[in-house]
Amino acid sequence: MNLLDNSPLLIVESVTKRFPGVTALNNVCLSLAKGEVLALIGENGAGKSTLMKILAGVQMPDEGSIRVNGCPVRLDSVQTAQANGIALIHQELNLSGNLSIGDNIFLGREPLRSGLIDKKKIHIEAQSFLTLVGLDVSADVLVDSLSIGQQQLVEIARALSVDAKILIMDEPTSSLSQHETERLMEVVKDLRGRGVSVIYISHRLGEVQELADRVTVFRDGKNAGDLVRDEMNHDRMVQLMVGRDISQFYVRSPHDAGDVVLEVKDLQTAANPGCYLNFSVRTREIVGVAGLVGAGRTELFEVLFGVQPALSGRVMVDGREVSLRSPRDAIDAGIALVPEDRKQQGIILEMTVRMNIGLAGLRQHKKKAGFLNATQEADDTSAMIERLKIKTPDAGQVVQYLSGGNQQKVVLGKWLSIAPRILLLDEPTRGIDVGAKQEIYGLMDELAKKGVSILFVSSEMEEILGMSDRTLVMHEGQITGQLVRDELSEERVMQLATGNVAMGTH
Amino acid sequence: MKKNFGILGILLVVFIATAIGNPNFLTAYNMFNLLERASLYGIIGIGVAFVIITGGIDLSIGSLIGLVATLLPFIVVQQSFPLAVGLFAIFALSLCVGLTHGVLITRLKLQPFVVTLCGLMIYRGIARWIVSDKTMGYGNETFSGLKVMVGNLSQLPGMSGFSWAKHIPVAFLILLVLGVIASVFLNKTIYGRYLLALGRNEQAARFSGINTSVMIIIAYVICSVISGFGGLLFALDYGSIQPDSFGNFYELYAIAAAVLGGCSLRGGEGSIFGIILGAALMRLLMNSISMLGIDDQLEPAVIGIVILIGVMVDELVKRFAARRRAVKQAKVTTALPEVDA
Repeated sequence: MNLLDNSPLLIVESVTKRFPGVTALNNVCLSLAKGEVLALIGENGAGKSTLMKILAGVQMPDEGSIRVNGCPVRLDSVQTAQANGIALIHQELNLSGNLSIGDNIFLGREPLRSGLIDKKKIHIEAQSFLTLVGLDVSADVLVDSLSIGQQQLVEIARALSVDAKILIMDEPTSSLSQHETERLMEVVKDLRGRGVSVIYISHRLGEVQELADRVTVFRDGKNAGDLVRDEMNHDRMVQLMVGRDISQFYVRSPHDAGDVVLEVKDLQTAANPGCYLNFSVRTREIVGVAGLVGAGRTELFEVLFGVQPALSGRVMVDGREVSLRSPRDAIDAGIALVPEDRKQQGIILEMTVRMNIGLAGLRQHKKKAGFLNATQEADDTSAMIERLKIKTPDAGQVVQYLSGGNQQKVVLGKWLSIAPRILLLDEPTRGIDVGAKQEIYGLMDELAKKGVSILFVSSEMEEILGMSDRTLVMHEGQITGQLVRDELSEERVMQLATGNVAMGTH
Repeated sequence: MKKNFGILGILLVVFIATAIGNPNFLTAYNMFNLLERASLYGIIGIGVAFVIITGGIDLSIGSLIGLVATLLPFIVVQQSFPLAVGLFAIFALSLCVGLTHGVLITRLKLQPFVVTLCGLMIYRGIARWIVSDKTMGYGNETFSGLKVMVGNLSQLPGMSGFSWAKHIPVAFLILLVLGVIASVFLNKTIYGRYLLALGRNEQAARFSGINTSVMIIIAYVICSVISGFGGLLFALDYGSIQPDSFGNFYELYAIAAAVLGGCSLRGGEGSIFGIILGAALMRLLMNSISMLGIDDQLEPAVIGIVILIGVMVDELVKRFAARRRAVKQAKVTTALPEVDA
């Protein structure tokens, strides 16, 4: 037994994975012992999720090998991964809300009795797994009626029911309340005690410090370093993640904020009808919006951009109330949105760089009786390719073949060509490489200096801390606090974001 | 453009094979008829292309053609209204049909398939009911002026002196004019760009400030108005029409022409030139089948098989191109990260 314990349960050796336009993983290695909690950290786009998909059998590596218990394995499907004891709990939960907890746990391998589903057996067995993860709910309850935190526990129960020895958790706490987070961490510790190994992916360095036995850091698809328990401290982890001193990574010059440009008064959104939002953004100011997933940040942006109508309240630009019934209205008011879901909402994948950048400016071609002004479009595009350093063979390249960072620059280029006064950025650096990330930070800084008001949503603490002049923190649809630069710290933001308002002032 | 070579090739092969198989194929009479009918199909193909480009579909075209063709003689001959009133009525009807389709699809968010399928049944039923299923004729004097549109070019003012003009149908000229206008609209105006953009990704188009609902409604109106006009031409050409069957399956021929011509039913793609070729191929196949003595009953099957082969080859070519590009891309990106760092 002891002999086995010393040799790692899982070894990943020199794994490389390429996608069109980007090398997601470049020669990465990782090892995991039995009963170990390994935290895997890195910025968005560092390759964590890709490696997890490979381990879960969703994707195949281009090069490299994976060994479980010393034996090389070929994980070509989710089934083979499960047969090797590996289970992945996705960031977006994969449960069928219209089925009961028990039905979800046994989905696809229902126990049968004379050819029909054995409901009784499902109930009894599911209940025992629920006890194991400390979820005190009947297995017959529909998943839809559970909170996100409880659903997470159902996912873990399902993983345990397939006898998973290696549990991969991809940002499990990104949408949990403080209480649910603590509960989940207890469950993870308990699993470790039972000899289950856990790979824990998280942006929350506080959690990592509390939970992990060891940390592996990825940066830009490569190994950036490993830290054992004694070496784990916040600054060391951040330094490995961003690869340089943070003060240089986040480009910031002092902004001398001017007049109020955007003012929101008693805004009530359909997503959180019980909450009334009040805030303002000034010219030459970068305001970060922090909060957990599901705190209502994206919904706020959708109202400000005219995608969803507000239930009540007023939005004022330059002191004048604007009516926002469509993105068109918002654009006319000088507001632009770089959406979180880039591929669905930001760009048209099958169209060229030129057509995408030109899209927002087409309306100005109306002067030519509705005919396209090809010269203007070409000029706008080449100006943006140069200004934003978009890496593309030419303006006629189809956008889907560009890397995530360059696609994001195309979205930015589309807006900059019509010079918006208020720029809304929803997770502006999600899924893009470190180089492009830094360029986008530089661009935000430059635009703010030129007088643009920037409001950005980010789930990355470092980004909020590094870029915002002022931070709004949201929790369950409410703005729970505003922090100016001097007051800004990870602890303060987390307190406000998890609804621990008693400790946060304001 | 490149993918149109494939169907141009099939077109030539079928043409040459039929010409060898039956000497009557190349007679002036047959050529004139072939060109005329191909033009009519091309016209309704252009109409449906606008809808297909938005990612939608219009199944009601054939029934609308039947309704328009029935209504005109009913108003002008049976009810003795002036021709202008009849023409205006069918124009207004086509416009309203398109408008209704568009509004139901964009405002009520109904699926285009469902809306236009109901239209297919409704317009056919109304056409049959209005005239109690009686055959309608276009022999009346009133229509003689309109018949120029299905005659030959020499009947146009100032063209009688040219002998070649006798061999060119006016419908072909109409197709060319319409094709040029549609092509310019799609490729050279901002509205055409809006349609292509929203056909690919409606959400991203809307997020870029495009009023996608209005553009979709316009596409359905264009489709119905062109169909109504096409219905008039078909009716003039056939001269006599049965309300219960006139125009049956025309929507499917129009859709097939658009698909053969490179429109994707997923939206966002399409060339007018390709659609005209697609319509020509379909008409040619119908003609070839009778010329080559193939059983008439087999006609739909032959057309179906040719279309299927066409889209299969198209898909395989696309995959091959995508794979080649991926390989090329992999070579580029393995070199790039070094530059990045």
